[in-house]
Amino acid sequence: MSDDGQHDSPGAGSNGAGDNSLLPIGPQEPLDNPGVPDHQPRPTDVDPALERRAERQVAAMFVVAAVMALAFCVVYFLYDPHPETGETALGVGASNLALGVTLGLSLLLIGLGAIQWARKLMADHEMIEYRHSAASTVEDRQEAIAAFQAGSEESGLGRRKLIRNSMLASMAMLGLPAVVLLRDLGPLPGVKLEQTVWRRGMRVVSDVSGRPIRPSEVPIGQLVNAEPAVFFEHAEEFEGNELLNEKAKAAVIVVRMPPEEITPYPSRKDWDVEGILCYSKICPHVGCPISLYEQQTHNVLCPCHQSTFDLANNGVVLFGPASRNLPQLPLGVDGEGYLIAMSGFQEPVGASFWERG
Amino acid sequence: MSSSPAARSKAGAASRSTAGVVTWLDERLGIGALTKKQLRKVFPDHWSFMLGEIALWSFVILLLTGTFLSFWFKPSMAEVEYMGSYANLRGLHMSEAYASTLDLSFDVRGGLLMRQMHHWSANLFLASMTIHMLRVFFTGAFRKPRELNWMIGLALLMLGIIEGFAGYSLPDDLLSGTGLRIAQGLMLSIPVVGSYISFFVFGGEFPGDDFIPRLYTVHVLLVPGILLALITAHMLLLVYHKHTQFPGPGRTNNNVVGFPLMPVYMAKAGGFFFIVFGVTALMGGLLQINPIWMYGPYNPAEVTAGSQPDWYMGWLEGGLRIMPNWETNLWGYTLSWNVLIPGVLLLGVLFALLAFYPFIERWITGDDREHHLLERPRNAPTRTAFGVAGMTAYALLWIAGGNDILAYEFGLSLNAITYVMRVAIFVVPVLAFIITRRWCLSLQRHDREVVLHGYETGVIVRSPDGSYAEIHRPINPVRAYELTMHEQHTPVELPAAHDANGVPAPAQGKERLRSRLSHFWYADDVSKPTKEELEAAAHHATNGSHALEDGHGPASGNGAHLGIETSGIVGGQDFGLEQKPKAP
Ligand code: HEM
Ligand code: FES
Repeated sequence: MSDDGQHDSPGAGSNGAGDNSLLPIGPQEPLDNPGVPDHQPRPTDVDPALERRAERQVAAMFVVAAVMALAFCVVYFLYDPHPETGETALGVGASNLALGVTLGLSLLLIGLGAIQWARKLMADHEMIEYRHSAASTVEDRQEAIAAFQAGSEESGLGRRKLIRNSMLASMAMLGLPAVVLLRDLGPLPGVKLEQTVWRRGMRVVSDVSGRPIRPSEVPIGQLVNAEPAVFFEHAEEFEGNELLNEKAKAAVIVVRMPPEEITPYPSRKDWDVEGILCYSKICPHVGCPISLYEQQTHNVLCPCHQSTFDLANNGVVLFGPASRNLPQLPLGVDGEGYLIAMSGFQEPVGASFWERG
Repeated sequence: MSSSPAARSKAGAASRSTAGVVTWLDERLGIGALTKKQLRKVFPDHWSFMLGEIALWSFVILLLTGTFLSFWFKPSMAEVEYMGSYANLRGLHMSEAYASTLDLSFDVRGGLLMRQMHHWSANLFLASMTIHMLRVFFTGAFRKPRELNWMIGLALLMLGIIEGFAGYSLPDDLLSGTGLRIAQGLMLSIPVVGSYISFFVFGGEFPGDDFIPRLYTVHVLLVPGILLALITAHMLLLVYHKHTQFPGPGRTNNNVVGFPLMPVYMAKAGGFFFIVFGVTALMGGLLQINPIWMYGPYNPAEVTAGSQPDWYMGWLEGGLRIMPNWETNLWGYTLSWNVLIPGVLLLGVLFALLAFYPFIERWITGDDREHHLLERPRNAPTRTAFGVAGMTAYALLWIAGGNDILAYEFGLSLNAITYVMRVAIFVVPVLAFIITRRWCLSLQRHDREVVLHGYETGVIVRSPDGSYAEIHRPINPVRAYELTMHEQHTPVELPAAHDANGVPAPAQGKERLRSRLSHFWYADDVSKPTKEELEAAAHHATNGSHALEDGHGPASGNGAHLGIETSGIVGGQDFGLEQKPKAP
């Protein structure tokens, strides 16, 4: 090995405590170690005027730091943090700015003072400390091993296999309660990931106002964010997080394009209404809401990882990390002339998961 | 300095009262032995040793500012109508978590400062940990006996990333909610149990109303608790092993040269805490970060374009973006490689590689000794090259995480960037490896040249016979020593091909692999000048036989070919500096 034969080279252990486990680099050195350079006195060590000046400098920093701490308190009561009524400075809230600056300067000056003190005035003689191997001495280690063996011998852990194994089994079994106890963290997924609130006949409504949509109100080239009508018609059922949970799956986009530009799968021939199509808004990659629509190409882009889908062509993935097409919702028109879903989604929306198939 | 009688008696009184306090404590805690040893403990000085310190102090700042935030922050997803003082959002429905973060920002004096300081120090914490890790890697400080502390450090980094992501998600704004949705997508991609994990973590469907309170416990109790314990262990091991030091005159593998804990290091490190704190406060006052009121409350049907996570998540985001869209369907089950590989496996692979690196290197080099002297990166070319390759891969992923911004800013095609990145992530790190390794070797060669022939002054002289030569000046002996004291690595050789009886003993496959790797690791190293070479160079120079290719005259008159200052005394002779006693 690389360190063979180094122990006897001249220079081994020079400067050192002679602990052989810490082989010095020494023997490979073609030049002798010149040793720690002599201490060079600093200007403040030799010139009392400079020394006093440094002392005053350090003290001044501490004093200004104290003043800044006081200033912080003044500023705290002086400025109002409210966005409308509060003062501004440099275009931002004055309260935050002034608090940050006073606190920052106070802390900074304490730090700078301490370091200046150390650099200019404290003794700066380099000291040498010897290292020891991280390991304990061979005797200590052997005694430790012996102690462990004695203890283990006295317990009979090695001999009494029955006790040992049953104990291990009982401990292992305790892992079960630890896991089972977490069971109520949440319900089982069931079919929740596969279903949305969309049903045959449910109106497609504007996501802001909840107004139902007539085909004539959707201009060509526009992307409308929409939702199922139940969110508004039965608002009492969809409160707070219940609403968010369902919205996270049921949000859709409605677009209109010239019907001749649409190339539907045969099974989807009648899923549009006069060129109006409806797709899930939830990206099949990992679930961001898609948003950026390019009306010339009929492409829609997910802002999270840029998966791109072709809305004229059944929502297929054109680019990006998503592997599934954007799920499409078949559209129709009800008796009053409003857009409705002709069925629920025919596949799960959102990110893929194991059971999705 | 002054030594008037009055001053001396004052000092006497002070030392008597110190003795009193120490005695009182020692009689109860027995701290004498410990204090005796540790109070004047020597710490070596180097700017790069401050990186870990920044991380430590940022953690303290996070504890302080985080505790302040927790007095007002309400970790609840219950829906409320916002009635606070930010007019643009007044009347909107939102979670209590978001509303209380708005209150912290606009109605609690100093609340915005603490929020911004908390967020800035989180970034500082992760940045300094990351760079600290690189320092440890590139200088070989992870080698025996410090492998376990290296692994603790990695655990700290990983937990830090998790903690940062958790904190970032607490305010329940549109940006962080989108991040959570992505995280849920990652959970779903886990084979077999993915949807169960998601349902258990979120208490049902996403987003549900359990998650923020759960995340809060993780963020303020569980992870900080583990971090605190690990940081303590990290520090205790640091004290036990003593700090590594860079090689230099008087510094050996057996000693540590520097300043004592008390007073110099206490003042420096303590002062440094205030500096980090002060800079964080200034940042919190002057630089806006995470203005959650501009994003609005979380709504799963909305998103902001160009949304970006905190920088330390950027490389994972980049992986998600450039991964091809592979998915496998088997017997009605789905494996989403497109999400699983970059989102779940990448993190695991990176940290596993880093965690085992010290053991891999140790096995290849067969080096079982303790190392307390740091290596210059150039003197471990293969390690350095691996490190740079890893950094390159990280940087590429990170850049890929901003591919939309890149495309927008530079008017490039997003698709083109992504395709280029898919290739680059495999090719560029290999190139970086090759270039770095060569570069290190040429730096080694340069060091050797400088020691043997002095440094190039850049001064060209014309000799009487019309030829030109550059003057080389000798370097000083301390520098020469620093450039020659590193270890000359030698590869592990195969065991003898024949055993004692002359019977061929074929090397085992593992041994052969190791020897081959070890040759790859070390074989190209430039051999540093030997004593003889140094003497020959010195001799050469003093005789002035030929200073440069064709230069007699002025160049040789300057001792131009002498590597080291002082006339011809090289290799184990007096430098006029303190000579350490030699072992017989
Ligand atoms: C290593 C440790 C930590 C990291 C990296 C970290 C990171 C973060 C981040 C990035 C945020 C978002 C801040 C924002 O912009 O609003 C946050 C929020 C928060 N953190 Fe921490 N944190 C840490 C430790 C702690 C500790 C120890 C506590 C409490 C004792 C705490 C309490 C909080 C609270 C209450 C919030 C939410 C309030 C708010 O967002 O304004 N954090 N944390
Ligand atoms: S979530 Fe849409 S591309 Fe990733």
